[in-house]
Amino acid sequence: MGVEMLNSVELETLGLQAYFGQVRALHGVSLQVPRHELTALIGPSGCGKSTFIRCLNRLHEESPGARAEGKVLLEGRDIYAPTVDPVLIRRRIGMVFQRPNPFPAMTIYENVASGLILAGVRDRRVLDPVVERSLKQAALWDEVKDQLKKPGTRLSGGQQQRLCIARALAVDPPVLLMDEPTSALDPISTARIEELLVDLKKAVTVVMVTHNMQQAARVSDRTAFFLLGEMVESGRTDAIFTNPADSRTEQYITGRFG
Amino acid sequence: MERQIDVEIRELKDLILAMGCCVEKSIEEATQALILREPDRFKKVYELEKTINEHHILVDEACVRILARQSPLAADLRWIVATIKINTDLERMGDQAVNISHNGERYLTEPALKPLIDLPRMASEVRQMVRSCLDAFVRKDLALAEQVLQQDDVVDQLKNEILDELKAFMARDPQSISRALNLILIARNLERLGDHATNIAEDVIYALTGKDIRHGHS
Repeated sequence: MGVEMLNSVELETLGLQAYFGQVRALHGVSLQVPRHELTALIGPSGCGKSTFIRCLNRLHEESPGARAEGKVLLEGRDIYAPTVDPVLIRRRIGMVFQRPNPFPAMTIYENVASGLILAGVRDRRVLDPVVERSLKQAALWDEVKDQLKKPGTRLSGGQQQRLCIARALAVDPPVLLMDEPTSALDPISTARIEELLVDLKKAVTVVMVTHNMQQAARVSDRTAFFLLGEMVESGRTDAIFTNPADSRTEQYITGRFG
Repeated sequence: MERQIDVEIRELKDLILAMGCCVEKSIEEATQALILREPDRFKKVYELEKTINEHHILVDEACVRILARQSPLAADLRWIVATIKINTDLERMGDQAVNISHNGERYLTEPALKPLIDLPRMASEVRQMVRSCLDAFVRKDLALAEQVLQQDDVVDQLKNEILDELKAFMARDPQSISRALNLILIARNLERLGDHATNIAEDVIYALTGKDIRHGHS
């Protein structure tokens, strides 16, 4: 692999397999995720795309009996190497989930700062600018700057999701994983998040699972199609949605199954 | 299981087919009126143009509706995009048949300049191209669409021969200029019809394969 390839690829999986006990949920997926691009993962329910994304920050192994095999390289280094601490990996590769999950007992400020506070940072002169930058990056600052001491759970669903994005961004991760981040939101909030994603990828590499094909078509640079635990096809989003190479991809995106 | 978009695409195809039939009929009437010197048949062309124009709008409305409500992707998307373009070409083909009729009506007000030989051949080739590109669209026949592209060269060649012959007429006899010019314009209209049929064939190839072969693009 040449230097140029390493420079452009932020995250890469090689023969990634995931198991729940004896059941193999992923059958050797190899995918390259280019830096500062948004890669969308699509496929029918149960195809393994959420399992795949959870392997990218070693969250999968937290489920009882779950394990992963193969390699996941972040900037060329295997995050599954024996010496690597999964907790540190999760700080480098943030995650946003389907349902907004702000910490209920915390204020908006504390939610955003929580990652740094957990890491031992207490100095407001350090935390304040990080909270402001993260909320601005998540396009939430203007709406909450005067109510940072209110509980995060007081915000609307769309605002809560942007708060979760701000919380993930506060620790400055190079990669952000999103598992159906707008599926619980109304169309206006969805549109806000989509606008935000386009801005966000200037600074962060994003991998997003979505069931919404139009969303994948609107916001992603690359799309990977998963089926029955395999990655059938990946490529530039415009090519996948206008002229997919594999007939199974064609069948799925034209709604003939799934 | 049939998808809703399949139903709507089938209805759209029926609309295009009906429009294509009018265009074919219109070209037939315009060229036969000229060749057989039966000016009454031009009226039919003007009537058909109204129907073609109505279909032009109906097809566009149907395409916009499908885009808005069905969010087509992949082959479905290419099919709708191709249909929008084919619709434009068909409408302009209707206009070209009208142009042939206008030029033909003027030509028929005077005695025949010469027996028409190449012009009927050219008209026949063009009508064949129009029939083939529409068949290729309906039957999703890639080979037939590719055949249309070859035919266009024959039409262009015939047009050049007609032009050379008529230029010679005009050089020999200034009295022939007005009639020769009308025939040149008609040859030009027929050539444009061939170009529109070629466009349709290219759109069919795009819809079927995703390949854009226009302007030597691959």
